[in-house]
Order: sequence, then C-alpha cells, then structure tokens
Amino acid sequence: MKKSETPVRISAAGSAALSQRSGKTLGQRLLDNWQLYALLLIPVVLTVVYKYIPMYGIQIAFRDFDPNLGFTASRWVGFDWFTRFFKAPTFWRMMKNTVLISFYGLLWSFPVPIILSLIINQVRFHKFKRVVQTVLYAPHFISVMVICGMIKIFLSPTGGLLNLLLGTQIDFLTQSEAFRTIYIASGIWQDAGWGCIIYLATLANVDPGLYEAAKMDGASVFQRILNIDIPELLPMAILNLIMAAGGIMNVGFEKVWLLQTDLNKATSDVIAVYVYQQGIEQAKYSYSTAVGLFNTAINIVLLIIVNKIASKASDVQFV
Amino acid sequence: MTKSKSTGMSDKASDIILVTICTVVLLIVAYPLYYVLIASFSDPYDVYAGKTFLLPSGFTFDGYKAVFADPKIVSGFLNSVKYTVIGTIFSVVMLYITAYPLAQKDLPGRKWISLFFVFTMYFGGGLVPTYLVVRDTGLMGSMWALFLPGGVGVGNMIIVRNYFQNSIPHDLVEASEIDGCSKFRTFLSVVIPLSMPILAVQAVFAMVAYWNDWFTAMIYLGGKGEPLPLVLRGILMKSSAASEQASMISGGYAELNKQTELIKFCSMIVAAVPMLIAYPYVQKYFEKGFMAGAVKG
Repeated sequence: MKKSETPVRISAAGSAALSQRSGKTLGQRLLDNWQLYALLLIPVVLTVVYKYIPMYGIQIAFRDFDPNLGFTASRWVGFDWFTRFFKAPTFWRMMKNTVLISFYGLLWSFPVPIILSLIINQVRFHKFKRVVQTVLYAPHFISVMVICGMIKIFLSPTGGLLNLLLGTQIDFLTQSEAFRTIYIASGIWQDAGWGCIIYLATLANVDPGLYEAAKMDGASVFQRILNIDIPELLPMAILNLIMAAGGIMNVGFEKVWLLQTDLNKATSDVIAVYVYQQGIEQAKYSYSTAVGLFNTAINIVLLIIVNKIASKASDVQFV
Repeated sequence: MTKSKSTGMSDKASDIILVTICTVVLLIVAYPLYYVLIASFSDPYDVYAGKTFLLPSGFTFDGYKAVFADPKIVSGFLNSVKYTVIGTIFSVVMLYITAYPLAQKDLPGRKWISLFFVFTMYFGGGLVPTYLVVRDTGLMGSMWALFLPGGVGVGNMIIVRNYFQNSIPHDLVEASEIDGCSKFRTFLSVVIPLSMPILAVQAVFAMVAYWNDWFTAMIYLGGKGEPLPLVLRGILMKSSAASEQASMISGGYAELNKQTELIKFCSMIVAAVPMLIAYPYVQKYFEKGFMAGAVKG
C-alpha cells in the first residue's frame, strides 16, 4: 500500500469545502456528481436493452408470437402453451431428470469442498499447500467443451481410459443408468477444488491463538478440525446449501446437451435442453418461452421457501 | 512455521495423513489432464492399446503439426484470441464504470440504481426473449453479440464495489477531489491504480469466460467467425461410432482415423493451456476477491 501516500493533502480550504457539502440541495448534488452518472449511462442502457426488455418480452409465453407484430401485439392465448407443455409426452421425464440431477448433484458435490478445505487448511507445509491449491483450481478454468471431450474419450468403449483400467468395453455414454454419475462425478472433478476458496478464506480468519490454545491442551489435528474449524465453517456451509437448494431447477444446459445421446435420454432429457431445442433449433418462440418461464417460476417459489428457511436458520445458527 | 517446538508425535503422524490425502486428491485431479497431455504426444494406437499411462509412447509431434496446419483450428484460435481480448477489456471497463459510482455512499439514487442492477441477478427474460432482442438489435452474426447482451456482470460488480468501499481510503478520494481533481480524474489516477489486485482477478475471470464460451457464439454468430471451443465441438463431439468401426479395419481409412484421434488430444491441449498458464498469476488474490464480495452482498 505504498500508493496511499500519493501527493494529495487536505488543505485548510479543502476541509472548509468538506463541511459545506452537507448543506447542498438535491439539484446541486446531482450536478456535482454528473460525471458519476455519465459513467453509469452505458451500463444502464445495456441493462435496459438486454435484460429488462427481454423480461418485458416474457409475455410472449402467453401470446402466439408473430415476429412482425412484436412482443405486445401478437395474439393473446393465455395458458395454452403451458398446458401443451404439461401434456408433452416427455414432460414428467424432464421434470424428474431435472430435479434428480440437481438433487443428487447437490448431495454429492456439496460436502466435497468442505472436507477438502478442512484438510488443506491443516497442512503446514506452505509450498505443498499452494501446489495442491493450484492443481485443484485448474479444472475450473477449462472449457466445458474440453471437459466433455475428455469425458467422451475417457469413456469410449474402444481404448477409453476407464475401459482400459477396468478391462471392459462398455459404452458408458449410451447407458442411461450411468448418465447422472458421469455428470455429477465430472462436475465434482472440475469444481470441487474451486469451491474450496470460500471455505479456505473463512478458515484463514480463525484466530491462530485458538489453535495454539488447543495444542497446549493436547488437542490433535482432528480434534482441532472438529472443535474449531467445523464450527467456523458451519454458517458459510449452511448459507451455501440454502443458496444451492434455491437453484435446484437450474441444471446447466451445456454439459447435458453435449453429453446427451439418443440412448441416454431416459435420464439426460432435462428442461434446459428442451428450452433450447424448441426455442432456438425449432424457432417455437412462444412455446419455449413458456417452458422457460415455468422453470423460472418453480425456481422463484423455491427461492422464497429457502429464504424463509434461511431467515429461520439464521435465528438459530448465525446469532 | 513448518517446525514448531510443540510438535509431538501425533502431529507428525497427522502431517503424514494430511499430506497423503492431499497427494491422492492432487493425483486424481491432475492425472486426467496429464493423460491428455501425454496422449497428445503419443501414437494413438499405443494410447488405445493402453500402452500410454505414465509417459508418451511412440513420441510424435504429428498431432500438433496437424492442428496448426488445420485452417479451421487456426482461425478458431485467432477468433478466440480476438473475442477474449476485446471481451475482457469490455467486461472490466463495464464493471469499473458501474461499480465506482455505486461505491460512493453520497451518490443520490445510489440505492435504486443498485437495485436496478441486482434485480437482473435473480430474474431474467430467459433464452428466447433475450435471443429475440439480440436479433432485433441487429447483433446477429456480429461479435458484439458475445459482449453486449452480457452487460454488467452483477455478481462481480458487487465484489468490485465492495472493494472500492472497503479497501480504498475514502479520505484519499475526497482529498484528491478537493485538490481540484474531477471525479473522472480521481477515478483514473487514484482509484484504478489502488485497485490493481481486484482488477487482475476480474480480468482473469472475464478472460476465462470469453475464452471458454461457445454457447453464445453458437446461437448468435450463425457459423461465422467460430471461436475455438465451437471448432472443437466438431472435432470432439462427432459420433464415435464411425471412428470405432474404422479402427477395426486397417488401411488408409484407419490411417486417417489415427490422425483424427491424435488431433482430438492436441486440440484439447491447445484450448486448455492458455488459461491454465494464466490463472496461477492471480491465484493469491482469489480469496481476497471472494471475501470482498462476502462482506456485504
């Protein structure tokens, strides 16, 4: 922080000006800050155009969208698209797959970063610790495309690494029973290390005196983890769990779409992929918007429930 | 710190256990990447026969020669570089020009403007309405479709804003303004230089996002100026059935197929390595960056 000695000093006149500013009218304050508002101009315009106008466009879920008529002038059809979706032959399959991938994903992926960071935090060899962290973060920086390419190659029935190790010739990606495992395991491989950061940062705040005191009392590393680290992590872990539960309908589109084959669709067919296929590939704009909105609506309900639980939990846990 | 006086036997034993667990985890994470790396230098027949586990076998540069001779991969690479450079500058500028005003506690309307941005984190128009707006604003087929619709990354903007609020002394900003610097001037010559760590982290995050993005490019570019991951999709995601049958029969067809398999490994390395080289430089700031965001969300 050498730069904090930049050659700017508060002069006597300066501090006089400082005391005057509170007496200014709103108009003057707006004028004083015109440069700050100018900075905000472009971000605000882009947000209006590419975030708020699409929100306004959601109404095409209730209309029969005609590109020539635009968002507001197309014919109103009420909930037709929604009922059509509910009657779609794959509706229940997609609902089930979306929820199950998320639910099992959460169940398996959630504890891993916590356990990893508890272990890494106790390693006393700093260079080794840094190497471990660097390597664990690496997969997070790799494109989903490359990850899926690796999955395809590793699981290939001929010469794939996994089949070589098992001595088998199974085509895992054509087996619907294997899809969730592939999806979740590769997800843990890619992001568990990255997920440690927030927990490691929390653990870095533990008062070193606590560890010293525990050592004096003869506490082993595992007792220290149990009695100092875990209670320290708990609020953050609960918060993360609650947030994740709120996003249970948000199955990432990219990986599912890339790994989906006709043969594993029984478990890989999810709403996000359907929204893309109907909306972009087949240009059924209104129908796709309705399906997407249905998904969002469930998410919002979940988020509200989860927020309620969070505020209750915070009474118990956080205070 | 590696050796403290109170280190007893049990501590040494637990050191061994901790280091062992970490090593195992490290190998699980690193080995798949290492395997792709050695396979990219190996004879594909050896790879598929399971002869390549620890070191390359039948060492060859053929794959990389083919990758850099392939005009589609080369142009994909160059497109990705272009999108990444422009996109990163765009994103970081957007983050800064949004976060700085919103970090000023005395800015009239600050709360409402913040809410205006934060709301888009929780609710959006969804795929199709956004797609239609991008189309109607004439961005189809233009690289600006990759940058503009993303607008401001609100989560990261909050992190930067909190950094401005908590880590840059308010007195310094006030002093520079009193000494006659305009708010622009203060922003450029006081605030930006003081925020280099967060700038570096945000730049790397943006860089990684643009380098790895393919979905936006797929739906908006209409096949023109494809970035590297999209080119890779053609190489990696092709149905493997044809190549498996081909590998059963010998001759020219299999020879061609051999090259295809080798290119798979090499192109993945070419796509992954630039980012893997970049992030360790800012790694030490990751924790800080996250905590700055966690203070007041």
